[in-house]
Amino acid sequence: MKRLLFQLSLVLVLVSLVVSGCAPAAAPATPAPAVENTVIVEVEKVVTATPAPVEEKAFRVALILPSTTKDSSFSQAMYDALVRLQEEMGKDKLEIAYSESMFKIPDAAAAIRDYASQGYNLVIAHGSQYGSSLAEIAPDFPTTAFAWGTTVNTFQSEGINNIFAYTGTSQFGGYVMGAVGAMLSKSKKVGICGPIETGDNRNYVKGVVQGVKDTNLGVTVTTIWTGSYSDVTAMATCAQTHIQDGADVLYGSSQSSTGAIAAAKENNVYWFGHQYDNIPLAPEVVVASQVYDFVPTLKDMIATIKAGVYGGKVYTLTLQNGGFEIRYNKNIEIPADVKAKADELLEKVKKGEIEIPLD
Amino acid sequence: MGDLFTLPVLLGIIYSGIRFATPYLFAAIGETFSQRSGVLNLGVDGMMLMGAYSGFFVAVKTNNLWLGLLAAALTGGLMGLLMAVISVTFQATQGISGIGLHILGLGLSTLLFTTTMGGVGTIGGFPPVRIPLLGEIPYIGDIFFNHNILVYFAFLLVPVSNWILYKTTFGLQVRAVGQSPEAADTLGVSVKGIRYITVTLGGILAGIAGASISIALINVFQENITNGMGFIAVALVYFGAWRPTGVLFGSLLFSFVNALQQWVQLKGIPIPAGMAVMLPYILTIVVLAFSSRRISKPAALTKKFERGES
Repeated sequence: MKRLLFQLSLVLVLVSLVVSGCAPAAAPATPAPAVENTVIVEVEKVVTATPAPVEEKAFRVALILPSTTKDSSFSQAMYDALVRLQEEMGKDKLEIAYSESMFKIPDAAAAIRDYASQGYNLVIAHGSQYGSSLAEIAPDFPTTAFAWGTTVNTFQSEGINNIFAYTGTSQFGGYVMGAVGAMLSKSKKVGICGPIETGDNRNYVKGVVQGVKDTNLGVTVTTIWTGSYSDVTAMATCAQTHIQDGADVLYGSSQSSTGAIAAAKENNVYWFGHQYDNIPLAPEVVVASQVYDFVPTLKDMIATIKAGVYGGKVYTLTLQNGGFEIRYNKNIEIPADVKAKADELLEKVKKGEIEIPLD
Repeated sequence: MGDLFTLPVLLGIIYSGIRFATPYLFAAIGETFSQRSGVLNLGVDGMMLMGAYSGFFVAVKTNNLWLGLLAAALTGGLMGLLMAVISVTFQATQGISGIGLHILGLGLSTLLFTTTMGGVGTIGGFPPVRIPLLGEIPYIGDIFFNHNILVYFAFLLVPVSNWILYKTTFGLQVRAVGQSPEAADTLGVSVKGIRYITVTLGGILAGIAGASISIALINVFQENITNGMGFIAVALVYFGAWRPTGVLFGSLLFSFVNALQQWVQLKGIPIPAGMAVMLPYILTIVVLAFSSRRISKPAALTKKFERGES
């Protein structure tokens, strides 16, 4: 009896593990069982690698996301772009599969390998933490294209030719929004809540800081790093610390920034977002967001792959090429002179007249 | 450096410290009851997540924060009951089953959230309540007596649980069961019954801890919003030597240092951000290391009990 009870409890624990969608740590060698958490979007007949259609086969893209497709941030920006592209190309031409919440790198690596062995044409590992896994897996699948970002490293120097890289010049949008925030601040204090001081977030913060300073309005700008992409509470305390210090305009990014946005809303201070449109989260206080648009990048990547090139190219998303867009909130009225100055700065940035040192 | 030790900064640190000690207090005091009766529940974080989700979901759908809180307590209680079934009746290894429950809570709350709510949203949480008279005292009133209702509840829980543990028959039974279940059993105390109650109570408080995040302090729900707070709460129970007052001290210390490190960054004190973020954790380890000698761990902690065996 006791043994039976023990086994039952073990089964319960195992069931909970499965429900949680924890992917196996080891990479499965056979293509058949997809990693849990994998969702095939809008397609019924796929999953098996058997080629069915007679005409041109659908282009198959698999996406590995560190967070969820609904994170109002970096992951959702990529997922939404793929869905938009699918609407444009047609569901019979583009097939999407994704694995979300892959915050554990071994899980992500297992998913990457799994998708590659299932014959996906393009596997996107959407996070700078996945690089070393890609470099290990990509050589085993020479006719599969891989992509990762944000980074500039395609591993071509190491002899790998089937990895694309993408990065963004987020500092320039940060610069423009930094200037707008400085002009809107009545307390002359602006606060930034950053996740981890690296890559895209670091560049963005550098841009905001310089944008604030270049207005020469005597506005001070301070940055607190929470040390995590996912610690929502740390972001909330960060925002509150800035507010207690007297800041009335706040900036931040990553999926954890929702905590800071809620604090901004509660205390009625302005918020500027990055990576994804933050306006719907708090239409009362979000002035603007710099939004990623991955559609042009994805289009070019797919065309390149169809032409027989599987990697080696670095895509840089900029305000000029439509990779970034600054989206303003129509509900918040910005004084005409501030808007005019913002537009002027945007033009300057686009013409390359503003330099933002990143070191 | 001098810029850091000014009155506004000090007040800011104390205010945030008190405020953000709330989830730790609820969760760690619940865990104290559970561990005092001999059950190590490592699933606190998963229970907090389920509480945070259900509190947020019900509050959004019904527009009633109190119903949200109730839902969080119920969900946490159910998770606690499940833990009790697994670890007390089925006698599974406590550490493993707790981790299983954590992963269950993490996965299930994310799944339910994405399917029932779509995307991230915010909610107007419990508003701050200024206590009459006390709240009017300059400085003191603002930092101590102008918080949302759950913050007061969390701090009231300390003397209440202290009284329950040390002044009531139930408390005596809990301590007896955790210290020597065989002896308690021979005196007619239902070991399993007591453990069911404490583990379920721990779940209820963990659920409320989660709701304190999602509908009182931060007012959003997001995947893995607790980010491991439940594990810190378990550590705080050891830190506090299984006493509610010790847990209070630990929660406040952790929370204060957390607030301090943000001000250190804000005031531009030249410490690398990564180092500053680590401060509260380093401090916890240091205190744990130095306090280990005086700690009296419940003797039957993590030990299963079956009548007639020993």
